[in-house]
Amino acid sequence: MIGLEHYMILTTVLFMIGLYGVVVRKNLLMLFFATEIMLNAVNIGLTAISNHYGDLTGQMFAFFIIAIAASEVAIGLGLLIIWFKRHGTIDLDSLQSMKG
Amino acid sequence: MIELIAFYTFAILIIISFVIVVTSKNALYSMSALASGMILISGLFFLLNADFLGAVQLIVYTGAVIALYAFAMIFFDTARDIKESKSSKLIFILTGFSSVLLVLIMTVPLATGNVEALYPIHEGVGNSQDVGMVLFTKYLIPFEVTAVMLLVAMIGGIIMAGKKMDEGITELKEELKQ
Repeated sequence: MIGLEHYMILTTVLFMIGLYGVVVRKNLLMLFFATEIMLNAVNIGLTAISNHYGDLTGQMFAFFIIAIAASEVAIGLGLLIIWFKRHGTIDLDSLQSMKG
Repeated sequence: MIELIAFYTFAILIIISFVIVVTSKNALYSMSALASGMILISGLFFLLNADFLGAVQLIVYTGAVIALYAFAMIFFDTARDIKESKSSKLIFILTGFSSVLLVLIMTVPLATGNVEALYPIHEGVGNSQDVGMVLFTKYLIPFEVTAVMLLVAMIGGIIMAGKKMDEGITELKEELKQ
């Protein structure tokens, strides 16, 4: 039996990787990938806690997080396609329209 | 023992594939690594006795989300290498520190307080049956709201991606200049 700590450390490491990706990457598609990593890390944590306490609530929240991730991808990719059609690039720097 | 070996194998492989996602310069390699990471995460869910969640992870993430990314990448120039902003050591340390802090904030109250199981997992009942019983009694309204949210997202995605699909990219640019 693996303790809760192992899963929590894994969650932290994966969340850290996702956060690092969000901060560092410049391509908007890569930003979406990093967001998916963060959502998955949280899912692992919630399921581990659910298993530890013998409670189903954590798994329920993980389901709703998966549904939210799916709708986020649908909307986000639609916006990204519009942006690419207009500007020909999905770099984060191209979003900057005001020179300040 | 076999659980321990499985956990460490999955954990190390997940971390490796997600590091590739974050550091790779090619968007296609990045997406493939993301898909492999998602599949390996479902293995962790099976290890945690959450069979239904593992199956949902396989179907929704690797089946729907990654396929959606793959089809959306038709629109972008993915062969081009991606320019990176300079990654400093400070950013790495700060992200590490803040995520450790976040996980501590979330887990310490759980680990120290007395948590009583509101919807306990029943012995001798399969995980899918258990999840179904809780989802369709206690979480029925959130479930319905989620269904409406997915419908809205689907309509929004179709409208945004399908807008002026028959016109070329250059024509759209002309329209913007006017």
